[in-house]
Amino acid sequence: MHTDSFRRALGAGLAALALTASAAACSTSATSTGSSGSSAAGGTYTIWDPYPQLDSGSAWVQLLTKCGTEAGVTVKRTAYDTTALTSKELLAAQQGVSPDVLIVDNPVVSTLASAGVLTTTAQTHIDTSAVESNILAAGQINGSTYGIPIGANTLALYYNKTILQKAGVDPASITNWATLTAALAKVKAIGKTGITFSAIGTEEGSFQFEPWFWGAGANLTSLSSSQAVAALSLWTTWIKDGYAPNSVLNDTQPDNWNEFAAGNTAFSENGTWELSAAEKGSFPFGIIDIPAQNGGNAPTPTGGEFVTVPVQSNTSRYATTEKLVACLTSSDNAYTTDTALSYIGATSAVQTQQGNTTAALKPWITAVQTAKGRTSDNLGTKYPKISEQLWTAVQSALSGSASPQSALNTAQSAAQNAIG
Amino acid sequence: MNNGSQTLDRSVRGRAGAANDAPASGRARRSRNRSSQLAAWAFLTPLTVYLLAFYAYPLYRNLDLSLRDYTVYSFVHGGAPFTGFANYTAVIHDPTFVKALVNTLLFTFISLLFQFTIGMALAVFFAQHFPLSPILRALFLVPWLLPLIVSASTWSWMLDSGSGVVNYGLHFLGIGPVNWLTSPSWSLASVIIANIWIGIPFNLVLLYSGIQAIPATLSEAAAIDGAGPWTKFRRITFPLLRPVSAITLMLGMVYTLKVFDIIWIMTKGGPVDASTTFATWSYRLGFGNLLPEFGPGAAVGNLLVVMALIAGLVYIRVQRRQAA
Repeated sequence: MHTDSFRRALGAGLAALALTASAAACSTSATSTGSSGSSAAGGTYTIWDPYPQLDSGSAWVQLLTKCGTEAGVTVKRTAYDTTALTSKELLAAQQGVSPDVLIVDNPVVSTLASAGVLTTTAQTHIDTSAVESNILAAGQINGSTYGIPIGANTLALYYNKTILQKAGVDPASITNWATLTAALAKVKAIGKTGITFSAIGTEEGSFQFEPWFWGAGANLTSLSSSQAVAALSLWTTWIKDGYAPNSVLNDTQPDNWNEFAAGNTAFSENGTWELSAAEKGSFPFGIIDIPAQNGGNAPTPTGGEFVTVPVQSNTSRYATTEKLVACLTSSDNAYTTDTALSYIGATSAVQTQQGNTTAALKPWITAVQTAKGRTSDNLGTKYPKISEQLWTAVQSALSGSASPQSALNTAQSAAQNAIG
Repeated sequence: MNNGSQTLDRSVRGRAGAANDAPASGRARRSRNRSSQLAAWAFLTPLTVYLLAFYAYPLYRNLDLSLRDYTVYSFVHGGAPFTGFANYTAVIHDPTFVKALVNTLLFTFISLLFQFTIGMALAVFFAQHFPLSPILRALFLVPWLLPLIVSASTWSWMLDSGSGVVNYGLHFLGIGPVNWLTSPSWSLASVIIANIWIGIPFNLVLLYSGIQAIPATLSEAAAIDGAGPWTKFRRITFPLLRPVSAITLMLGMVYTLKVFDIIWIMTKGGPVDASTTFATWSYRLGFGNLLPEFGPGAAVGNLLVVMALIAGLVYIRVQRRQAA
């Protein structure tokens, strides 16, 4: 009797659930027809971006509104945290409610493209000819381009002028790893910390390690090469010799910046985005490009977002979306956006304009010009798998669990397995 | 809602009344019975729908995710092939598996042991009324009231190897710095310490209220018979607290098995896998990488559900034996 009534109640509940579900299905289809109907005459276009720090009064949001007005539509903008944006978009695509324009971190483009979520620039007729090829490469997979960069950022070494002066180091003398390590030794001798970076066990850790990895001449397809071991040994020795604090293993880039900003550290490996914070800081600072092992500038990974156009069931929306994207990435507007975000332009026109107006940006412009996309070289969605093994190897060597060589051997075989 | 439960109560009572109402004719009774049953179902439906939509369906989806080979493409467009237990096999053969399993068990049992012992000691301590006792007790609730992100970030500052206050204190005792969060031999211990601190108030509150429910006359009678404080605790308080202790440990275990925030904020499960538990591993697989691996992530999540389920079954078994 007891179980019987329970079973009947369950049946009733299931029926009710089915009813609710079908009602929901009806309402979804109703809204989607509604929006496609209105899109013919103006309508609302949605934009998702990863800049929650920029509020509705910011130059960026004003630019979005202006571009919408020029294209004759209303723009509805939503800002998400950058780490949440990938899963948000995958879910939205699953439900068929992708935004019209999605601004997303460049290494995510290949993931979203392989999910079949993004249109190619050929489909939407977006003109990418002005974009520097090394920056555009992060959004290119198998000959197709899946978006257009809004700007770029990358890594360099910030230094504390006061500390280097006291330690008797001339920043101009730092041209390769040997001279950098010698400078760190001099800094340690006066009781200061040499350098901070972020070796945290996330993508951020790989991003920070790559300039040294590439600077040694290593390649992401071969993690256990002798060049890779040289790069990892450099970091490991710095920690062992006390040139870098052990906490780098747990530091995000903002953490690493805070340590530098406290004024007891000579160098910080950090990005363009900290420039305005550095200018407000309590001590004079300078910037040098990250040196390669044997001199010259190391290739650094490109950071920064791509403007992409997610696939829509109603393809007639692309024409207006193209106008929006063209407006957002036009030279003048890109200059405004890149200044607001503290980024370097993705086109040589914007880069020249930035170099002329702000001399402090010059080292950054050279760094961006030699920078390399993480998903470039047609690595695409192989990159995340390789990168996970790379940051694991860095963590394992720096924490002393394994030697650089054996950590990288493990990483290489695990990456090989993961890629298949 | 209040209204609803009252009506339900009335209808149930009405049913019981009807059943006892012997002189009423059979047909009338049956029809009254049916209408009251319908009413009962009408009130049951929202709850059932809620349970199905928010508990059963997500569980089913998670199970489904773990039994298919999902790529980002099939996640969006559907058509992920059914692969049976392939995700589970892959997860179990992953080098992280053993490490994560051992860490999950160590994390859970060491946390529970200390949380419960300290919580019990404090509960007994506060059961004796003394001045300032309510204020001190309120202070002990602080870890529970703070958002986890605040307490975890604070612990991670305190335990920082360079500028943390803990190493600063050790320095005065003549002990060299310990890499609490970045050394493979210490990171698990660090997150366990933080978790114990967070879990004490929960144990304290439950056990304290349990002690309040024990009649004071019992311990007074024992005192007259010459029992000291330790004997009173061992022979009276502890045995009478057994049901409360069991539910405290049971809930504590379920909460501790799934602890995620503290570990993720303090160490991200690292260095390498030194403080990885099933909870952080599942998150890392599903969301911690640029390329999500939904299948294996869901499989690890389900293993966690199974572990909590086993704990629940053990609890029910213990309860039954106590009742018998």
